Parts: sequence; structure tokens; C-alpha cells
Amino acid sequence: MVDRRSPLAGLAGAAPSIPAARLVALPPCARVVLRTAAVLDLPIVQDINRAVVAGGVASLRLGPDEWLILAPDAGPIFAAASGHAAAVVDVSHRQVAIEIAGPRAAEVLNGHCALDLGAAFPPGMCTRTLLGKAEIVLWRTGADEFHLEVGRSFAPYVWQCLEEGRREHA
Amino acid sequence: MLIIPCPHCGPRPENEFRYSGEAHIARPADPEATSDAEWADFLYMRSNPKGRHAERWRHIHGCGRFFNCIRDTVSDRIERSYPAGTRP
Ligand SMILES: [Zn+2]
Repeated sequence: MVDRRSPLAGLAGAAPSIPAARLVALPPCARVVLRTAAVLDLPIVQDINRAVVAGGVASLRLGPDEWLILAPDAGPIFAAASGHAAAVVDVSHRQVAIEIAGPRAAEVLNGHCALDLGAAFPPGMCTRTLLGKAEIVLWRTGADEFHLEVGRSFAPYVWQCLEEGRREHA
Repeated sequence: MLIIPCPHCGPRPENEFRYSGEAHIARPADPEATSDAEWADFLYMRSNPKGRHAERWRHIHGCGRFFNCIRDTVSDRIERSYPAGTRP
């Protein structure tokens, strides 16, 4: 049995407590990329660049035919897509999740991300974008809360970009 | 930074996009009946205007889609964007 280690284990353990912009390495979960034009029997979001959470399953619509689904278990998604013209890929270990939350979270993100995080990006909105040199998926889960999906090998870089920004608010 | 309107995602910062050259250049439908000069024209010749230019962009760090856009090459002002495969 292989022991899977988070690429953020060392960094997250050493992170200082900064309430203005808390940084958290989120626990592992199953991740599925779903690409289809078919309508599946799944409670997934229909609006583009939006995310919904239904029954513990988060679906993020990233493009006209593309969803990222975060779930405790990938099995039901594969089952729902079976028999349809759909591409379903398990990417659970391709990326890791980081949360940044607090009154200064948007400001810290904007230190490295050019996206307009004002009224144009309300809670429930999500998109692929760039943070520094890394491609991420950014999902605003609350007014001051953001969920980031980051490629595993980019995770320490993204973490340190955010750490650098939020230390101004320590 | 330019703000580029993706037809699917709305206005986004320039660094989410890749430029893909002039739009509406169709590959000759019948290569066997196409002369060398016509091939060269398809492959290499571009209008390169000073002013209004229809061009392709890809929202590579966003929805991933190609689309068309009309941009003024002098002012960089973007008039509008519209989905790939459609005409302005
Ligand atoms: Zn887009």
C-alpha cells in the first residue's frame, strides 16, 4: 500500500495564523472531469461558470460542455454517464484543493490573479483562470471564501504566492 | 492589460487568452484542384490591416474555446466577439 502525501504537508503545517486571509490545505476527495452534450441523471449545475453543491457533490461548469465534479466517491458519476456519449475522467490525484478565506482573501488573490473579483464574480461563481504562472480553478464559495483547485506540482508555488500576499495582513 | 470578451465567459483579462491569427480563412475545399498560388495564398497571405481586424482568439485558461473577435489594430479597442463558426 502506497502512502499518498499531500504536496502541501510541510507548508500547511508551518503556516502562521492570519485571520484576515486564512489559508487551508483541504482534505483529498474524488474529482471527475465530465465532458458531454448529453443530459445525465445527475444533479449538476447548468449555468456556465457556476457551481452548485447538491447532496455533498459539488459540480462546477467550466465550459460549454465541461464540468469538474468534486465528490466523496467517483462511482455514481461514472454510473450516470454510462451509456451516454460522454468523456468521464477520474482526476482525483491530479490536483489538490486550497481554501483562502477572510476579509482580505479577494485582495490577496488579486495580488497574483487579474480576474475582477468584485460584483462580476459573486459567490457561486467559478472559472478556470491564472494565478501567477499557474492555471487554477477558482470557485467563490462565499463572500469572503474561495476554493482553489491546483495542479499537484503547482500547489507549493500557488501556496507560496498566497502566503506572500497574506503576510502583509498579519 | 486588455479586457477581452469571451462569448461564453464574458469580459476577462488578456492573460487568459491566446491569439490565433486572422479569422475566416477557409482551407480550400478541393486540394487537388487548388493551384500552388492559391495554396500559398491560403497558407501565408494575410490582410494585416491598419484598423478593423477580424481575428481568432482562444480562451485557453478559461473555457478553452476558440472564438472570433473584431479588434482595431491601431487603438486595440475591441468592437465585439462572436462564437467560432459564425460571421459578425
Ligand atoms: Zn471563455
